[in-house]
Amino acid sequence: MPTLRDLRKKIKSIQSTKKITKAMKMVAAAKLRRVQDRMLNFRPYAISMSSVLSDLAAVAERQLHPLLAVRGRKTVEVLVITSDKGLCGAFNTNILRAAANYIESLKKEGFEISLSVVGRKARDYFRRRNLPARKIWIGLSGRIAYTNAQEIASELITNYVSETVDEVVLVYNEFKSLALQKISIVRLLPLGKLESEKGQSEVGPITADFLYEPVVEALFEMLLPKHIEIQVYRALLESSAAEEAARMTAMENAAKNCEDLIQRVTLLANKVRQASITKDLMDIVGGVEALKVK
Amino acid sequence: MENKLRLQIVSPYGLIFEDDVDEFAAAGSEGDFGVLPGHAPFLTGLKIGMLSYKKGNEAGYIFINRGFAEIGPDKVVVLADSAEKAEDIDTERAKAAMKRAEERLKKAEDIDFARAEAALERATIRTQIAEKRTMR
Repeated sequence: MPTLRDLRKKIKSIQSTKKITKAMKMVAAAKLRRVQDRMLNFRPYAISMSSVLSDLAAVAERQLHPLLAVRGRKTVEVLVITSDKGLCGAFNTNILRAAANYIESLKKEGFEISLSVVGRKARDYFRRRNLPARKIWIGLSGRIAYTNAQEIASELITNYVSETVDEVVLVYNEFKSLALQKISIVRLLPLGKLESEKGQSEVGPITADFLYEPVVEALFEMLLPKHIEIQVYRALLESSAAEEAARMTAMENAAKNCEDLIQRVTLLANKVRQASITKDLMDIVGGVEALKVK
Repeated sequence: MENKLRLQIVSPYGLIFEDDVDEFAAAGSEGDFGVLPGHAPFLTGLKIGMLSYKKGNEAGYIFINRGFAEIGPDKVVVLADSAEKAEDIDTERAKAAMKRAEERLKKAEDIDFARAEAALERATIRTQIAEKRTMR
């Protein structure tokens, strides 16, 4: 039987845990609002950009720009985006499991994997699984700037153009709603649809009746790297919004659990207190009875 | 022609403008151009400049700070690095920026010339567009 003192101590400790989780929930909510605004404003731009690009990549000749080039898939670069900090429920676990499964299936098909990660959690996970990342970015989550995306994008582009990797895939959490994150596995490079290529090589490249100004090479030179940056930036924003949302829900649940626990322990403490009162009373009554007999 | 053009202007900071218009003109990287419904597919870079559109008897002006435009027969998507509608332009700020840029260009030492010039151009065009708004 725990003593009353221990139980009271326990209640205090759960109460302070509850305070912390509640505060963390509020912080996550505030952060989420900020990222969400940025993301929702950015979304139409990113979507338009990728629709322009896929229109273009579908009709443009592949040799016009190195980023449009399609080679035989040999080495696949997988970029996994997670958070730096934990305490956000299954956010990281889910994405890492999905990434690991995906990598596993690629390996089975005989592809070489080149891994790069964003976030401390992904780094630690893959290090433990003996699959160290080639390139690691940490300290981004929470304050994502466009320059971060530019840095990552230029790294990816360099590797692709130098033919170190033949395909680039992004794995990240997409922000669907407060309660829902969707795991997204998206092919970033080569640009354009893979299905359309088969048809194209038979018919021959269709340089659509698109007019270009300035000349198409110069235009692609500007447009394509920018597109990659934008897609990376969007993935970073989505992931960070999803992270804050996940943390918010996790902390809310934690606070609720604390409340349940407090209730249960308080009940127990009351019982223990009552029991000791009863025992004392019985001692007194027993004592009085004993005196009477004499 | 009866059809209209769906004009959509987006920037990283949000959707700036979306409406059906009769025609529009913008500053392409190789020169100004105008578009009517039924235009041939066209992809162009945009420089710092003004985009003007007509819808019925109404005309509108939008400041475009570099970007791209994809033009289709009935739909136009403008991807601007940043953009502002005429009524959203902060005239005071633009004028102040113009002054700053002019001074920097005059001194002409230890500055990024291209950057200062771009800043001046932005400010000038912003002010011009803002003036059109007051004329209306």
